[in-house]
Amino acid sequence: MTAAAISGIRLSQLAADIVARALRAGASDAEVTIREGDEFSTTVRLGEVETLKESGSRGVGLRVLLQADNGFRVASTSSSDFTPEGIEHLVLGAIALARVASVDPFAGLGENAEFGQLSGDLALYHEDVYSLPTEERIAWARRAEAAAMAVDTRIINSDGASFDAATGRRVFANSRDFVGEYTSSYCSIAASPIAQGANGEMQRDYWWSQARAFRDLESPESIGREAARRTLRMLDARRVSTQQAPVIFSPEVARGLVGAIFDAAAGDAVYRGASILAGKIGETVAATSVTVVDDGTLPGGFGTSPFDAEGLPSRRTVIVENGVLRSYVLNVYAARKLGLKSTGNAGRGLAGNPFLDAGNLFLEAGQQSPDEILRGVERGLYVTRLMGQGVNLVTGDYSRGAAGLWIDNGAFAYPVQEVTIAGNLMEMLRNITAIGSDLVFRSATAAPTLRIDGMTIAGE
Amino acid sequence: MDHKRYFFEKFGITERLLERCLGEALSAGGDYADLYFESVAATSLGLDESILKSASQGVSAGCGVRVVSGERTGYAYTDDLSADRLLRAARTAALIASGPAKQPVQGFTETSTPNLYPAPAAELDTDLSAKLDLVMRADRAARRYDRRITQVRASYADELRRILIAASDGTFASDTQPLARMSVFVLAKDGERTARGTSGGGGRVEIGYFTGAKGPEFFATEAARTAVLQLGAVPAPAGEMEVVLGPGWPGVLLHEAVGHGLEADFNRKKTSAFAGLIGRSVASSKVTVVDNGRMPSRRGSLNVDDEGSETQETVLIENGILRGYMSDKLSARLMGIPSTGNGRRESYQQIPMPRMTNTYMLAGEDDPEDILRSVKRGLYAVNFGGGQVDITSGKFVFSASEAYLIEDGKVTAPVRDATLIGNGPESLKHVSMVGNDLALDEGIGTCGKDGQSVPVGVGMPTVKLDRMTVGGTGR
Repeated sequence: MTAAAISGIRLSQLAADIVARALRAGASDAEVTIREGDEFSTTVRLGEVETLKESGSRGVGLRVLLQADNGFRVASTSSSDFTPEGIEHLVLGAIALARVASVDPFAGLGENAEFGQLSGDLALYHEDVYSLPTEERIAWARRAEAAAMAVDTRIINSDGASFDAATGRRVFANSRDFVGEYTSSYCSIAASPIAQGANGEMQRDYWWSQARAFRDLESPESIGREAARRTLRMLDARRVSTQQAPVIFSPEVARGLVGAIFDAAAGDAVYRGASILAGKIGETVAATSVTVVDDGTLPGGFGTSPFDAEGLPSRRTVIVENGVLRSYVLNVYAARKLGLKSTGNAGRGLAGNPFLDAGNLFLEAGQQSPDEILRGVERGLYVTRLMGQGVNLVTGDYSRGAAGLWIDNGAFAYPVQEVTIAGNLMEMLRNITAIGSDLVFRSATAAPTLRIDGMTIAGE
Repeated sequence: MDHKRYFFEKFGITERLLERCLGEALSAGGDYADLYFESVAATSLGLDESILKSASQGVSAGCGVRVVSGERTGYAYTDDLSADRLLRAARTAALIASGPAKQPVQGFTETSTPNLYPAPAAELDTDLSAKLDLVMRADRAARRYDRRITQVRASYADELRRILIAASDGTFASDTQPLARMSVFVLAKDGERTARGTSGGGGRVEIGYFTGAKGPEFFATEAARTAVLQLGAVPAPAGEMEVVLGPGWPGVLLHEAVGHGLEADFNRKKTSAFAGLIGRSVASSKVTVVDNGRMPSRRGSLNVDDEGSETQETVLIENGILRGYMSDKLSARLMGIPSTGNGRRESYQQIPMPRMTNTYMLAGEDDPEDILRSVKRGLYAVNFGGGQVDITSGKFVFSASEAYLIEDGKVTAPVRDATLIGNGPESLKHVSMVGNDLALDEGIGTCGKDGQSVPVGVGMPTVKLDRMTVGGTGR
């Protein structure tokens, strides 16, 4: 048995023990989360090692529920102190804190039949992320940066390249006999070159690859070259005049739009009436070509887990199907508030109540190649970068800083920066007029190229 | 002050152990090593739908060990403060260097520190009922403001952070840093229209701060007022126009437009749009910007930075001329400039970097009323959400959450949320009027850089920019 597996058994036992202690101390129900992780990261800049970081840490969180006449009082505590005194303090502190909380009629764990976890190998953990010796990891970062620097003499500087690896263990136990634990691994490589244009202005962009297994990482050379291509294409960017024009979201920025759909469908925003999607189940909320899915079950996915943060099995939820809002995304609390069932989308920190968290979230691919979408735009903006928060889910108001490439007669004409794009999220979803075939999971949220009509571009 | 006793007594740390760890950290050479001990106790209460739904407390402690060799930094941390684990972390951090062992300076010199904020001796969980009272009062005040207020969330969060820093250059410093914040979020509903409003404030203060003028009723009323106002907001205009920024939180403009670009690490590496511009004009002659870590009770203030250096007031831009950068020890040494006490980190798990403290523009001579009267057609923005900057291209954004049209010198209709965008080294050249009404923000700012969040302050008087791009949808 590996050291990791032994540690897992010990932590699962510890989590179950803390649940039992909380019950003995007066809790009606209890939930315990333990997280343990190791991280390695190195950055290289201009060929030299800049930072080398290697460490591990762990923490434990306890949430207790005290039964009252009409609901529960709830509180939570967290700690990095695993000594018996530390655990004692964790338990007694949570109970004392819960006594001052209000009775919440909707609080409570899930139904016993809801708890469970996916069986089988979800391919989340690969020991090979730590297989490379430190010198090799540094060499990978160095190779990525060197490949970027070699592409063009206009690349004059570097914000560095990095190699990261991490493993984490998550343990969850509750007072309904659920005990689960899983480990996951992660590694990534990134490069961020800086180029200078004819006007003297600098541009920086980056590219990366991340994977659960080291063997799945893309080569450092391909990452460096792609980072350079993205940086160089922004040189000598201009502004454009204020106008309405079609906007193409590249996959990197379209992801953010899919994230906004998830947030708007999140049960807590819905029951508060704080979302443009509240009360719209069964209604058409997007173009009929739009289907948005959250799937926490995809083997090896960055958003995959055997169970959610409340001990419910991860699942696949179709949020929007052919433009129609089919489902909210829910944890136990939001589901109870809305008279629905949890979709297994609970997330949580060590302390605090569960919140809503996506698994592998994506907008389904369409038929058109990105090139075809580009050729269909006479004049418009291809957006490669968005800046600022600028999305109000209560009103749908959307306004963000943007940079990208101007499209003229279906082809890229010149780079654009220092403009904004604005619209209303509901109108934007209905005005998705083209969906690319280029859906790739580079992280837990993914989207293909999207064309959106009717947005306002503000510039000169 | 003797904050060090906390670590010595609670975790059994001794000066002898600190010296051993520093010796171990420099066992493979290197120019500098430091140890950063941190212990944090945090409490947070959240009232939602008039129910105290969330109550949590957390404690964490750990130590980060750093070894610097030339431009290279090795880092390791541990959440177990036993001698064995500390020495192991020191050996891991030492892997960055390869050479003959160095000796740390013998004996420590304690950094002298001011008393900018209260240093509570007791654990913070003594006055829970008083904290609960604050969020309940906020809930009531927001609902009382207007019958259209349909949802109120009020939260109170505080933490007490104790730090101890010992370095191979003889630096020895310790501090106890309180931080408290109230936040109120409300929704207003009128027929089909729904709008949100937020407000909040605090600082390096104890709970007593919120019994004063800036208490739950103030923040609740502000949030409710903004939400009700937004119910009637018209689309924001789109394009370049004159923009007047109100006093206080709109100072986030400075944080994004020039602040980040003036952090020394970016300039050492020449990755900032401001690199090489010292002594050059980067703003109108009416603009003077400082970063000041020494303001009593302010959210961004520090008695001592996270490398054990004294904090200070640093002039960044003086009458439009770029004067200096904000530095940490590494940048100061490599660039041959003074350390300005801006070395900060989110926690013991992170490597320190140059970061802002409280960044603001000094007051000018214009009457704010005159500034508004001078605008034919433009935007008057008085409150903002967050912002973001690309320090290499200099482009920055910040998002207005409360703004109005200015028509013929008069403030008229409120407008919906809009992002403003500009170019850091250029935008402040368009400042044509500076008000006499300098104010700092209410104490809610959190700044992110390389994945690390730290509390900061911003401030500004009323300022007129002749040109800025407003990202609305209207005309």
